[in-house]
Amino acid sequence: MSAFDLWWWIILPYLALAVFVVGHIWRWRYDQFGWTSRSTQLQERLLLKWGAPLFHYGTFAAIAGHVLGILVPESFTRWLGIPEETYRMFSSIGGTVAALAVIIGVVLLAFRRTTVPRVRATTSPVDWLALVLLAVVIVLGIIPTMGINLLGSGYDYRESVALWFRGLFAASPDVSAIANAPLIYQIHATAAWAILAVWPFTRLVHAWSIPLWYLWRPYVLYRSRVPAHPTEPGTGGRRWRRIGVRY
Amino acid sequence: MPCRTASRGPGRVMAQVAMVMNLDKCIGCHTCSVTCKQTWTNRPGTEYIWFNNVETKPGAGYPHRYEDQARWKGGWTLDRRGRLRLKAGGRLRKLLTLFYNPELPSLDDFYEPWTYDYESLTTAPLSDAFPSARPKSQLTGRDMRPVHGPNWDDDLAGAAAYAATDPDLEGLSEQVRMEFEQVFMFYLPRICEHCLNPSCVASCPSGAMYKREEDGIVLVDQDRCRGWRFCVSGCPYKKVYFNHRTGKAEKCTFCYPRIEAGQPTICSETCVGRLRHLGVLLYDADAVLEAASVRDEKDLYEAQLSVFLDPDEPAVEAAAERDGIPHDWIQAARRSPVHALICRHKVALPLHPEYRTMPMVWYIPPLSPVTDAVHATGYHDDDPDRVFAAIDSLRIPMEYLANLFTAGDTTVVEGVLHKLTAMRAHMRARQLGDPPDQRLLDSVGMSALDVEDLYRRLAVAKYEERYVIPRVHAEGSGALMAQHCALDYPGGVADQAAHDEDQLAAAPPSLPGFAAPGGGSQFRDSDGRVRFNLLGWNGTGPAPGLFGDGSTR
Repeated sequence: MSAFDLWWWIILPYLALAVFVVGHIWRWRYDQFGWTSRSTQLQERLLLKWGAPLFHYGTFAAIAGHVLGILVPESFTRWLGIPEETYRMFSSIGGTVAALAVIIGVVLLAFRRTTVPRVRATTSPVDWLALVLLAVVIVLGIIPTMGINLLGSGYDYRESVALWFRGLFAASPDVSAIANAPLIYQIHATAAWAILAVWPFTRLVHAWSIPLWYLWRPYVLYRSRVPAHPTEPGTGGRRWRRIGVRY
Repeated sequence: MPCRTASRGPGRVMAQVAMVMNLDKCIGCHTCSVTCKQTWTNRPGTEYIWFNNVETKPGAGYPHRYEDQARWKGGWTLDRRGRLRLKAGGRLRKLLTLFYNPELPSLDDFYEPWTYDYESLTTAPLSDAFPSARPKSQLTGRDMRPVHGPNWDDDLAGAAAYAATDPDLEGLSEQVRMEFEQVFMFYLPRICEHCLNPSCVASCPSGAMYKREEDGIVLVDQDRCRGWRFCVSGCPYKKVYFNHRTGKAEKCTFCYPRIEAGQPTICSETCVGRLRHLGVLLYDADAVLEAASVRDEKDLYEAQLSVFLDPDEPAVEAAAERDGIPHDWIQAARRSPVHALICRHKVALPLHPEYRTMPMVWYIPPLSPVTDAVHATGYHDDDPDRVFAAIDSLRIPMEYLANLFTAGDTTVVEGVLHKLTAMRAHMRARQLGDPPDQRLLDSVGMSALDVEDLYRRLAVAKYEERYVIPRVHAEGSGALMAQHCALDYPGGVADQAAHDEDQLAAAPPSLPGFAAPGGGSQFRDSDGRVRFNLLGWNGTGPAPGLFGDGSTR
């Protein structure tokens, strides 16, 4: 294992994870006001009508696919009696459907973001960074899914990339597994870590705010003026307090 | 007649600060809109947002045709089993359409905000041609051509194209529409309705919108808003807006900082026609849902009246005290001009009760367009019989007003206009020393005292009579504050840095070699003497030249 491998496949991922976690805590505590989806449907609706649902639902499918393919070990699916061929068939077809949705959605959204002046005007520099990284991850994720696993000879990333990835969470990453993987997988993984690192500082934080509570909460909410009042200036209104101290 | 007799005792009593606007007195000057905009929405991202706007009726409104709920699906509706449902669909449908809300108006339905390139006027070179300031989009900064605005059809401008698309004209025959455009026009100032059953609050997936328990003001918690924008489409009045810069919802706040201090909203304060009345209404919160669910839309006005409670009734007072409503709020509810106009005189009507949101900004329908029409037919309006006859025969404005205020029930609007006509006739007779016409008063079911009270409220009421607003009870929050945080929080009393901000202007730059050791600075005044500037002086060092250098003494 070279120093580069150590740096690139162990230290950087852990750094990105640390930034991801600490960054979210910081953003949640100090920037509730900036925590939003920053929708631009008001400015433009025709392209968004198709682009946004395709992209979002495609991404949900892609994330589910990654959980199945990367987090679930190959030994588990083999224990279930699913041979490698069947798995690859399933993952490449399912992945291709998701990939098509994502790529059509992202092309529409990218076209909209770059060419519709109203939408372009709302885009901040960190948004551009996140969008470029997303584009890299998506394109480099779709090429292996469709090019290698669907049409080509196939590559069992579950024997290499997945081992390294799961190892990161077990604190014993298998660097040689990723270091010997094809370059396209390496760039895909690197860009994914980069996205995690910038995530808390972009509009991507809205992903953690999917309002599932809406399904069972009462329709009309009342709030009393008084208990909400004493928010400490400079804390973004967080209601944390020392343990044992009564309000 | 009281709003409701407490035969079975009221449920949970709540207080609502409500508004009544007397449309007869609105001159369409837009002062309310302008002062509101200066106060609340003069920031980037809110250029197109008017918490208060004044529409010419008939007209398309702002945003364009917002009253067309077949298109925008705002407010509530009853399902087949008679239960109240959001018109835009259930909770699951909302979450599934999170990424594209099909009922959200686009910015072009409001208007694309613009400014003018004024600098080109001052920097234009000398020329034979007049320089012109080009319109620039406030969204993109590019040149644009304004094609729509918040009051584009003001005073029936372009009525053939705009007023004809007014959704309230639906149900009126084609010929009626044409005549109507020539005889009838009035202004409709609109703010957020601060509804008892707010569909915007119900539509917000994040739970960021709420109705305040103390005064019923509906607000957005911008720290919890995640920009899912369902409140915008959920409100049938389209009075929740999306700030395109911050990505958060914003809406009329009913000027709650002013209301808390006992002051009227800025739109009321600056109203030139003095047509707005503000006051407290007590209502039975447990009865709201049932009242909003009555089957026939035409019963919604009466149903909403039945929710309001009479503060003079001992049972209501006891219940209000039980539910923690402060004594001075109950007192204010008794003196409330809003309660008098809505419940006692019954001349104020809700705007579009058929949306089933139980709106709390009510309107006294305009009589003037009707009397104008009577004049046009050659009659004089001092004969109430003639005006009554005209009110009955003028089917056009009556149906139109009924579409606005009573879900199409013309008898209620006619009753209100009869009352207003009787009031005018009665007061004219009094002015001329004629005996009061008891037959006239009986025909509208009012006593001479009632009519004179109504006249005083509508014609000559002073500031204190139009705005009866009890202050907020914030006695508890100081104690909470003291328990909660130290004085040296940023901006607090003990924070030294906070006091530096008190300085209105920075001290003038100190002269070279004249910097005083204890802060402060020295400067040369207009007479050429070196003087000392106390700004920034901490009191420890000397202050040379504070009183001049003494050479002129």
